[in-house]
Parts: sequence; C-alpha cells; structure tokens
Amino acid sequence: MPASQHAFAATGNDEQSTPGDRTVLDAGEIGRALTRLSHEILERNKGAGDVVLLGIPTRGVYLARRLAERIATIEDEAVPVGSLDVTMYRDDLRTRPARALLPTEIPDTGVEGRTVVLVDDVLYSGRTIRAALDALSELGRPRAVQLAVLVDRGHRELPIRADFVGKNLPTATSERVLVLLAEHDGRDGVVISDRGGDA
Amino acid sequence: MTGTYLLRGGRLLGAGDPVDLLLAGGVIAQVGAALSAPADAVHVDAAGLVVLPGLVDLHTHLREPGREDAETVESGSRAAALGGFTAVHAMANTEPVADTAGVVEQVWHLGREAGYVDVHPVGAVTVGLAGTRLAELGAMAGSAARVRMFSDDGRCVDDAVLMRRALEYVKAFDGVIAQHAQEPRLTAGAQMNEGALSGVLGLRGWPAVAEEAIVARDVLLAEHVGSRLHVCHVSTAGSVEIVRAAKARGVDVTAEVTPHHLLLTEDVVAGYDPVFKVNPPLRAKSDVEALREGLADGTIDAVATDHAPHAAEDKDCEWEAAAMGMLGLETALPVVAEAMVATGLLDWAGVADRMSVRPAGIGRLAGHGRPIAEGEPANLTLVDPHASTVVDPSRSASRSRNTPYAGRTLPTAVVATFLRGVPTVLGGRLVADAR
Amino acid sequence: MKRHLLSAADLDRDDALLVLDTATELATVSSRAVRKLPTLRGRTVVNLFFEDSTRTRISFEAAAKRLSADVINFTAKGSSLSKGESLKDTALTLEAMGADAVVVRHGASGAPYRLANAGWISGSVVNAGDGTHEHPTQALLDAYTMRRHLSEGRGDLADRRVTIVGDVLHSRVARSNVLLLATLGAEVTLVAPPTLLPVGVEDWPCEISYELDPALAKADAVMMLRVQAERMNAAFFPSAREYSRRYGLDAHRMALLPDHAIVMHPGPMNRGMEIAADVADSVRSVIVEQVSNGVNVRMAVLYLLLGGAQLPTGEEVAA
Repeated sequence: MPASQHAFAATGNDEQSTPGDRTVLDAGEIGRALTRLSHEILERNKGAGDVVLLGIPTRGVYLARRLAERIATIEDEAVPVGSLDVTMYRDDLRTRPARALLPTEIPDTGVEGRTVVLVDDVLYSGRTIRAALDALSELGRPRAVQLAVLVDRGHRELPIRADFVGKNLPTATSERVLVLLAEHDGRDGVVISDRGGDA
Repeated sequence: MTGTYLLRGGRLLGAGDPVDLLLAGGVIAQVGAALSAPADAVHVDAAGLVVLPGLVDLHTHLREPGREDAETVESGSRAAALGGFTAVHAMANTEPVADTAGVVEQVWHLGREAGYVDVHPVGAVTVGLAGTRLAELGAMAGSAARVRMFSDDGRCVDDAVLMRRALEYVKAFDGVIAQHAQEPRLTAGAQMNEGALSGVLGLRGWPAVAEEAIVARDVLLAEHVGSRLHVCHVSTAGSVEIVRAAKARGVDVTAEVTPHHLLLTEDVVAGYDPVFKVNPPLRAKSDVEALREGLADGTIDAVATDHAPHAAEDKDCEWEAAAMGMLGLETALPVVAEAMVATGLLDWAGVADRMSVRPAGIGRLAGHGRPIAEGEPANLTLVDPHASTVVDPSRSASRSRNTPYAGRTLPTAVVATFLRGVPTVLGGRLVADAR
Repeated sequence: MKRHLLSAADLDRDDALLVLDTATELATVSSRAVRKLPTLRGRTVVNLFFEDSTRTRISFEAAAKRLSADVINFTAKGSSLSKGESLKDTALTLEAMGADAVVVRHGASGAPYRLANAGWISGSVVNAGDGTHEHPTQALLDAYTMRRHLSEGRGDLADRRVTIVGDVLHSRVARSNVLLLATLGAEVTLVAPPTLLPVGVEDWPCEISYELDPALAKADAVMMLRVQAERMNAAFFPSAREYSRRYGLDAHRMALLPDHAIVMHPGPMNRGMEIAADVADSVRSVIVEQVSNGVNVRMAVLYLLLGGAQLPTGEEVAA
C-alpha cells in the first residue's frame, strides 16, 4: 500500500530476497539450529515447566511455534506460546510513517512468575528487544526473561545479548540479513543481501 | 491638471479602424484618423487597445462613514479608477446609514475630494435600513448629491406595503428602488446556496426561491403601480426567467449581475474559505450559465460589482462567523472578459452597453455612458484585450484584501481611465494627483 | 497524503480498515492491568472544545493519556461568534504551546478545515464534531462496534444493512456514518421525515425512507439519532409526540428487527423521544459499549496521525 495514497501510512515488515543474495543457512540447517535451541532452552530451565514462549511478530512468532512443537516432542508436554508486538514501545517510531500494529496474544497462563523466552529472527541493534522488555513489563512480572534468536548478526547498540543463538553471523552494517520461513515466505532460508537497510 | 490628450490608434468599442481621439476641455474634441494635436498635447499610445466609455458601477460599498478600516471613499475610488470606472454608486449601508440628505451629501463631497470617479450615493429606502418606515427620499433626491437610486441593500425591503409605497413615492423625482431580493424568513442563518453541496458541507442552505419569491412579488408590484424597479445582484436562473417574462410584458424593471456570479460556482465553498462567502451566495453551474445568457440577451441590463470590502479579521475566521462579500472593482472588467467576451457571448460593444451605457441610464447619470463622439464628455477607458491580469491581493488599491481571485490569471487589463478628459489611470497605474 | 482527519471522506477503505484493525489491537491494552503505552511520550495533544461535549472530550483525553501524550484541555467558552477570542488567535496560542495535534469540537461547520488549512498551526487536526457537518471518529467507533457484532471483528462491513433514523439534516454523526459505511461496503438506509433530510440527500450513497417500519425488518443495525424537541418550534415536525410515534424506536418496533440486530445511539439520548427507555436498556442495545469502543478508536487515530514521522506539509485535500 503506497504511503502517498493513504491518510495513514503504515508500513509492514515484508521483505523479499532477490537473485544475487547469498544463502548462509538452508532449510536443513535452520531445522537443526531450532532443534538445538529447543534442547538448550530445556536444559537451561531444567525442563519446560514454567516456560512461556513469546514470539516477536512477524517471523519470531513462527519460530516460537516451531520451538514449541519441538519441545512438546522432546518433553511430551505442551509449552504455552504467544506473540508480543513491540511496535508501540519502539524508540524509532518517529523515523517512519506510523506502522500497522501486529497481534499480541498472551497465553492464558499469563507471564506472571513464569520464565518468558522471547523469540526473534535476527538480533541486531538490540532495540527491538529493549522495546519487548518494556512491553513485557507492563503485562506482568515474569520470574525471568530469556532471549532466543535464529541469527545474531552483531552491531549491538544496547547492552543486550541473547541466551540462545541459532547462528552467529558476522556481517557488515551495509548488508541486510533476511530470514525466510515457509509459513510466511514459502520457503526456509537465511540470506545476506548487500543492499543496505536494517533488518 | 486639465490638459490636452491625444489618444492614438485605439479602436472604438474594439471594432472598426484605429482612430485618434483628442481630449480637451473635458470633452472629446475630435475623433478621426491621424489627428494633428496642439504642441502641448500629451500623446497616449492606444494602438491595439479597445476604447470604451468609462465604466459605471451601480453597486459599490465604500464603507465610509463607519468602517474606514475596510474602505474609504478615497481608497474605493482609486480601486474603481484602476478597474476602468468613471462613476460608482455608493451603497447606503454605512454607519450611520445614508438615510438622510446630510449623510449622502457627505459621501458625495468625499467623492468629489477624492476625484478619481464620480461617486453617486445611493439613499436608504427605510430609516436605518430597519424596514419599518420610509427614509426622507425626497430630501436626498433634492440634496447636492441628487440621489436617484434608493436601496436597503444588505437587507431586503420585505414588507410588501412598504415596498409598494417606496416604488410609488420615487416616481415624483424619477427615482428607482434597487431591491436586495432575499426573503428573510427563508434565509435565516443561511450560509451558502441550498443544494446537494450545502447538505454535504453541513452549511445552512440559502434557497433560490428566497430570491425569486421577492423578485416575482416586486415585478408584480412595479407593474401594478407603474413604477421603476431595479433588481440587485440577480443570482439564480429562476430570477432571470422572472425578469425576462416581466420585461416581455412591458414592466419597467432592470436587473444587474455581479462579476463573481458570472464566473464562480458554489463548488469553491468546499474548502470553507470565507473569501468565497457572499450575499447572495455563489450558485450552481446552471445558474451561472443562465446569468451569462441573461446578460447576453439583455434580460440583465448591467454588470454591477457589489464590491464589498471587509477587514481581515472579518474574513480570517470560521465560515459561519465571517462577513459576506468580496472585492470587485479592480477585477470586474477582466472577469467579464473571461466570462462573456472570451466565451463569445458579448463583444466589446456589448460590454460597453452592460457596464457603462445601461447602468448610467438606470442611475440617471447624464455625463456617463455616452457615445464616443465629438462633443461628448471625455469619460473613457482603454483596455488591452490581449494582456492578462494576475490578481495579487496585496497590490489592491482597496484597503481590504478579500478578493476571491487571488493568484488567478484573468484576461485583459485596464490601461488607462479618463474622467472628463483627465487621466486617473495611465499605463495601468494611478495618476498621482488626478485632481 | 493527509495529515488530518477532518471528514470520514478522508479515509479510503484501506485507511478505514487500518484504523479499525489498530483499534482492535489496542483494545487488548484497555483490558489489561497497565493500560498505558509509551508511544506518544513527549507529544502534546490539545483538546480544543468550543462546544460542551464532556463525553467526547473525556474519550479523546483518555485515548491520548493511554498513549502517554501530554494533554491540554482548552475549553473556549464561546467562539468568535459570541465575541470571545477568535478561532485564529486561539490557534496561534496553541501553536505557540507546541501542539502536535489539535482535537477540535466547534459549533461552526468547517471550522476544523480552517484550523488545518489557514496556516495558523502546523500540527495534525482531528475533527471531533463541527456544526452540522461531520464527526468522523464517531463514525469510526460506530463502524468498529458494528464490526464486532456483525462481522466477527474483522474486515469490512460488506452487505451489512444499517438503518439510521432521525434528524439527518442537523446530524454530523449521520453525515460521517453514511460516508464511512459506504466506504466499508455497508448498505445504509436513512429514515426521517422529509423536513429533516437535507436537500440533495438523494445523491448520497444510501437509500432514503420516510417510513421506519419497513426499514427495520431487514436491518442488521439500527442507529437512532438525537432529535431536539426545539426543532418542532421551527416546524420541522408538529410535536414531540407525533415524532416519537412515527420515528421513535419502542419495544414494539424493536420486535420487528432480526434477532441478531443491534441498537445504537451516539448519545446523549432523549429517552422517550427517539428511543424508549426499555429499548435503550435492552440486551440489543450496544450504546454503552459504543462509549468504551470510542477510546480504542481514538487511540488508533491519534497513534496513526502522531505515532510516526511527521508527514510533510503539502496540499491538503478538502472533502
């Protein structure tokens, strides 16, 4: 929806890869990384007992669901999974036209006293996670908050680090990291594009 | 600064071969090809220009006395001269109202002092425009101002008996009642033309019938008592039709239309800019077409500006709080050129007839609207038919800025105006001291 | 590109759905313990009310505060119409205070257009009701309420049938609703005595009926407009009793509605005039819910106008 035609210009976060991009993780590698992350989450928390997975839209939500499926298989126990939109808590809202909000769905268990694992596709500046921590704090008081990401591409601007990382990926700031997931993009893959931009 | 002027190579009423005009002693001394002039004659190059009789406005608000912040007789006179006018009728709705010989004489004197145009005061029909009892019409007629046109303009003489008496009474001195046709009960709080747009904009409608009902009543009254009626600022197709039928029956009725009702439609109200708020309101396209047609066929006798200056604070506000009216003197001729000449509805002789000859006749002005011929008063306007005028409110000679044409490019430009042989405007600029 | 919300006509279908979808997301905020979002921190919203309307002002105030905006309430006890401070001077004062948005309620139709377009202020202008012209956020909250009940809270209102009854002539709510509902695909029927319908209403994107009963049987929603008894003094109708009998919604008429249909009213109600008390309090009435939905919708509007980068000043399109 071209911004210039609407009273409110909302921008989504759809991204598309183009020919010439470099694939750094294929579908199989993503699957194995998620399986490993599932085991790490269980190991760290001594089981899935009080874990709640909250994906950050859009792709973080799909990743959180995949992690929940794997944990359920491993532990034979369902893990609550939901989504947490951080748009209203971002510190860079004024740099772009107003964005459309994405769903926030908190599982019935709530977050009070639970171990919340935030799930996102790419960890970059850390600002999204900062916003997510603010959003989370207004929903309740978790016992602990952990962070799982598929890709950590470096270039942090805030003192934030991930607890669980699928792949550390050294990048230049001029590069762009795209995570593609079958549920949203038709196929799985992580590609690096040298067209600039944020991810 | 009386003097001798030789206007070289203009075309009279925009037709025929170029001729020279020698102006001397306040009259047109000679008309002919390649005239020789006295050595002290000032030569004015009129090649390519149209020569018109000086324009006459039947309907001007000069605001003095009372609202000198919006306009004075002097500033309005300057605007009139720049617009090509040599005579204007100053409406009576001043503060105090021009309803006595004293006030009309004051305005008349101010006009003489200014000296740019002949200012003919219009007398109020009723005391204080209150619509309850007749003003001393005879005293105003007999005053130095020699008032012949009477109007409560801004308000309608809606009382049928009072209107009848006024029409009858002014027969004694060949006066005319100029009616502002607006049925007040049908237009209480009205803000714009009543139609689809007023419904959408949520502005209270001003129905055409509120004008037409009064026009119809008044032509019947004028017919009944055998008097002379003039209808101010006709704005609807229905009014044109009523006047046309009355004239066909022989009723002594005349009518005027404003330049803005010939050019603008109600659509411009959509942005709620009060510069477009006017009484009567801008109407629909079909009305504009009927008005143009009526002016072209002579049903409507005259173009009259309804020049209505308003101070900035009366327009720089929300629509409903704003005053009604727009400037008109300086843009009248270019607007008529766009609406009537460029469309082929009137030629320049027609323009001269509707903007000078007939209005002078309605106002009973002896020295205006005369043929351009030897021995006639040298009241003349030179128009460049190929130039264009870009309307810049900040450059208006008026004290007010409420022109609806800001930024608009209109065809033609007034180059020079002569009042009894003396230039008030030359080269499109005011002559510093016309007196 | 529009920086203001002056008319429901400023919203195309995508815009309208964006507002409704955003309001749906924000509704979850309203239901949780901490109802505040930091989004508009440091931004100033002025509620400029030239007319008393406590309910609309409070609704905008709550919306702005839940988004952490600074709120200034400016109640002008009279416009330039009543010799108070002029609209222009008031606007210049607000500009000097650094208002990022001005929410304006004014008795004169088009006053928000002057605020937005006269060059007096640089912020966004939200029309909170102007004269007998429009009230676009009311239409948005009405559409939001209808969508919740009639379309499972999603998408547009295609083929939903809405009957709006009463003083359309003087109603800004009706104008905005007709425009927005048409944009969202609903079929609107206006019901009123001919005296209370504007000239030219036949050109509006809706049906017209002088009779109420036939318009009820097929309605998914019926919206009753406030009718002021004073209108009878201006001969719009003979008496309050006759109006109520011909156009009022009582229990008997409500029974003509399909089972799923809802009853709406923008408030404040004249109980016993356009709506019977037992109808207003019935289970079909969503009148109280309209009020709470109003906060969510106004949060959405303020967020979408102020939450992003300021749009460049440019050509503003009048309705």
